[in-house]
Amino acid sequence: MNITVAGEKKNVADGLTVSKLIELENVETPQYVTVSVNEEFIESGAFETHVLSEGDEVEFLYFMGGGQ
Amino acid sequence: MKITIRQSDFNKIYEHALSERPDEACGLISGIDREDGVREIKKVYLLTNIDHTNEHFSIDPKEHLKAIKDMRANDLKPLGNWHSHPESPSRPSEEDKRLANDSSASYLILSLMEEGEPVLNAFHVEGREGEREVRKEDLEIIKDGEENG
Repeated sequence: MNITVAGEKKNVADGLTVSKLIELENVETPQYVTVSVNEEFIESGAFETHVLSEGDEVEFLYFMGGGQ
Repeated sequence: MKITIRQSDFNKIYEHALSERPDEACGLISGIDREDGVREIKKVYLLTNIDHTNEHFSIDPKEHLKAIKDMRANDLKPLGNWHSHPESPSRPSEEDKRLANDSSASYLILSLMEEGEPVLNAFHVEGREGEREVRKEDLEIIKDGEENG
C-alpha cells in the first residue's frame, strides 16, 4: 500500500502498524516521538495496534521541551 | 557553526517572550543550511507553551505539526527551537539538556532576566542522555534584507 511519511510517498506492506513503521524508519529516541496519522495524534500505547491504511499521512514529531 | 537570524525575527520572539511573561515562551525555527556552512534562520514560529509555567516549556504538538507542514510547503528545513528564560541566563538548564534529543538541531535561548537587555544565544547539544555535550554556536543578528557572509 502507499502511504506518506514526513511528506515522502512510500510503498509499505499491508497491515503495517505504527510501531513497525517506527522501526522501518529508524526513528531515533522513539520514546520522545509523537506520531500523527492524518493529523490525528496516536497515543503511544496504541503504536503496536494501530494499523495503517492506504493513503495515510504519517508524521513523526520530536517532543520539544525544556525548563529554566 | 555560524547561525544567523534577522533582526525582525529576533524582535518577534523577543516581543512574544515579553508578552508571555512570567511563563516561558517557545517556538520553532526554520530555514536553510547554506553551502558555506552557515545556518540561516528564515522563519520563526511563535507557538504555545502548553505547560504555562515560568519553569518549563512543552511545545503544543498540534501547532508543532502545523508549523512542520508550513516549513515543508515553503521549502524550509526545521532547524530547531527557541525558548525564553524569564528569570535565568541564556544557557541550557539541566532539563534543557536532558530534553535536547536532536543532535542536528540548534537550540536558541532568550534570557529576559535583565530588563530591557535581552540576551539570545544558540546552542548545539550532542551525546546521549546523561552525557550531553553543549557547544555554543556563533549567532549573528543581521539586518533585514542583508545577505550574511
